[in-house]
Amino acid sequence: MKIKLTFWKVVFLVIMALGLYSTYVRYLHGLGAVSNMSDQFPWGFWIGFDCLCGVMLAAGGFCMVGAVYLFNVESLHSVVRPAVLTAFLGYLLFIVGLLFDLGRPWFIWHQLIYMNPHSVMFEVGMCVMTYTTVLFFEFLPNVFERFNLQQPIKWIKKIYPVLIVAGILLSTLHQSSLGSLYLIMPSKLHPFWYSPALPFFFFASAVAVGLAMTIFESTQSAKALGRHLELSVLVRLGGALLVALWVNALLRFEDFFHRGMLRQILKPSYEAYFLWLELALSFVIPIALLSFKKVRLSPQGLYLASVISLFGFITNRLNVSLIGFETYVGHHYMPKWTEFSVTLMIIAMGFALFGVAVKYLPIFPQEELSQERSTKPQLHVPVTSPVLEHAGD
Amino acid sequence: MSKALLYDSTLCIGCKQCEQACATQNNLTYNDAIATEEFQSAHKLTTIVTKGDKFMRRLCMHCEHPACASACPVGALHKTKEGPVTYDVWKCIGCRYCMVACPFNQPKYEWGSLNPRVRKCIMCPDRVTAGKQTACAEICPTGATKFGERNDLIKEAKDRIRQNPSNYLDRIYGLNEVGGTCVLILSAAKVEDFGYPASAKIGDTPMPEYTGRVMEKVPDFIPVWSLVLGGIYWISHRRQEVAEAEAHEKTNGSSR
Repeated sequence: MKIKLTFWKVVFLVIMALGLYSTYVRYLHGLGAVSNMSDQFPWGFWIGFDCLCGVMLAAGGFCMVGAVYLFNVESLHSVVRPAVLTAFLGYLLFIVGLLFDLGRPWFIWHQLIYMNPHSVMFEVGMCVMTYTTVLFFEFLPNVFERFNLQQPIKWIKKIYPVLIVAGILLSTLHQSSLGSLYLIMPSKLHPFWYSPALPFFFFASAVAVGLAMTIFESTQSAKALGRHLELSVLVRLGGALLVALWVNALLRFEDFFHRGMLRQILKPSYEAYFLWLELALSFVIPIALLSFKKVRLSPQGLYLASVISLFGFITNRLNVSLIGFETYVGHHYMPKWTEFSVTLMIIAMGFALFGVAVKYLPIFPQEELSQERSTKPQLHVPVTSPVLEHAGD
Repeated sequence: MSKALLYDSTLCIGCKQCEQACATQNNLTYNDAIATEEFQSAHKLTTIVTKGDKFMRRLCMHCEHPACASACPVGALHKTKEGPVTYDVWKCIGCRYCMVACPFNQPKYEWGSLNPRVRKCIMCPDRVTAGKQTACAEICPTGATKFGERNDLIKEAKDRIRQNPSNYLDRIYGLNEVGGTCVLILSAAKVEDFGYPASAKIGDTPMPEYTGRVMEKVPDFIPVWSLVLGGIYWISHRRQEVAEAEAHEKTNGSSR
């Protein structure tokens, strides 16, 4: 156990060291030195992965808040807090990523004073800013509970309906507007991915990713923390994921059909290979897997299907932001290692912060329980879970 | 009315004096090495492209409805009523959405700088507002680049084609492309061969309309969606309240 911990610590330190070196290059030698971005490829891996995928992977927050607080699906209660934590960290790290990618990050606040309401980027910026604030408030009760501050919890509870509605509204707006960003480039983005329906795809896929991400993160943290995994929750999420994947797949099919693309997407080409990869990972394989009841009822099966679909949607975002431009530009873009290392550093920071938060804050009420259980065996076992499941409200 | 530039490639002799005048006007270095670069960059805002005995000039098209200006989140780029699309560096946050949005790939970036700027031809706005012509038009020895009112230049371009139909392709590039541009091009060879995007590809629709169709719905979407979400919240929680109250009544009833 201890050796394994040290191994991961070493990995973490190596990633951080390389990342810090890249940070130094970024801020002392400029974007040209740290990345392979150019006048032909003004947006690179940081936009494609850190921003587009980062925001997409943080969608679990609004999905779970929506399911539990908006639709009152009580059974999913135990996954709300980790989902909100993931989303909050995701958005914070997205902003960190933005500070690397923006040419003049010290003027990021200009967004607040020089507003251009016609700009999709403006909408994205404002939504991300306000939604991060909303997530902060949704996350705060964890801290208050930790220090047993009853009064502020009451205040937050009072504004909770507003926070919930605002959070989902803002998520709808900017998950979709990340797709709208690309609407202004009909002549540049490859027709496989350029579609007037891009904003709908981005939103619909964010919902699917939110579900897949929640399955992934519950399974992962259960493994890491030695927690008991609630299969009933995962099964519910898996069922919802299957529906969400079908909806996404049908939307994409409709779009290809209406734009007369069906024949072209079947013809082998550079873009077609990437499209096939994307469609296989995001739809074909996970839908096939989840169609088996056996898979839908097994934690490993659900985990596998979720992770595959996550890779599929990540491929989708990278196709839209990078691959889809290569034919237009006329050459390939391959990120420099320093670009990767910054991204890795940000991801590592995310994992570390998640670990710290889980350790010190009541994110998983069950987890404290299992410790208690191990110190005082047998006594609490049957009483616990239903009681503590709602402990944090 | 807006000012424009008419570039007639059949008159161009490839002397590159426009490149030099542009560099001087924008405080950029210009030397023999830069003169041989046939592509635009942060240090070369306009360039003459040579193909055999034909020349073509590339520069910002100063669209009537510029994609860059609609894309910029802080409004650093904007269309002036005189025609030029200008850039306020002090507003810019460096998101480079303008570069991705531009159908002509005109905005270029100072990739080596620690406080980088977007660079593109800004049509000498100081000179234009002062009633002068742009630096490139002023220096052009053959009149290949001509400065004037857009409408007058369109008329003149049509006259030139009519008088010398064998000299020109029957087309003014920039007349209708992406809703019209303030740089108009006459040529004997297809502009597409010199790196310009094909008219069919970029179309006549102003680029901002593609995002505008979505953005114009946002102000209506916000209140409607808030109400829907609020309604769902109210209903689902009301149902819970009712269920709880009923359960309470039942237990009370049975205990009595």
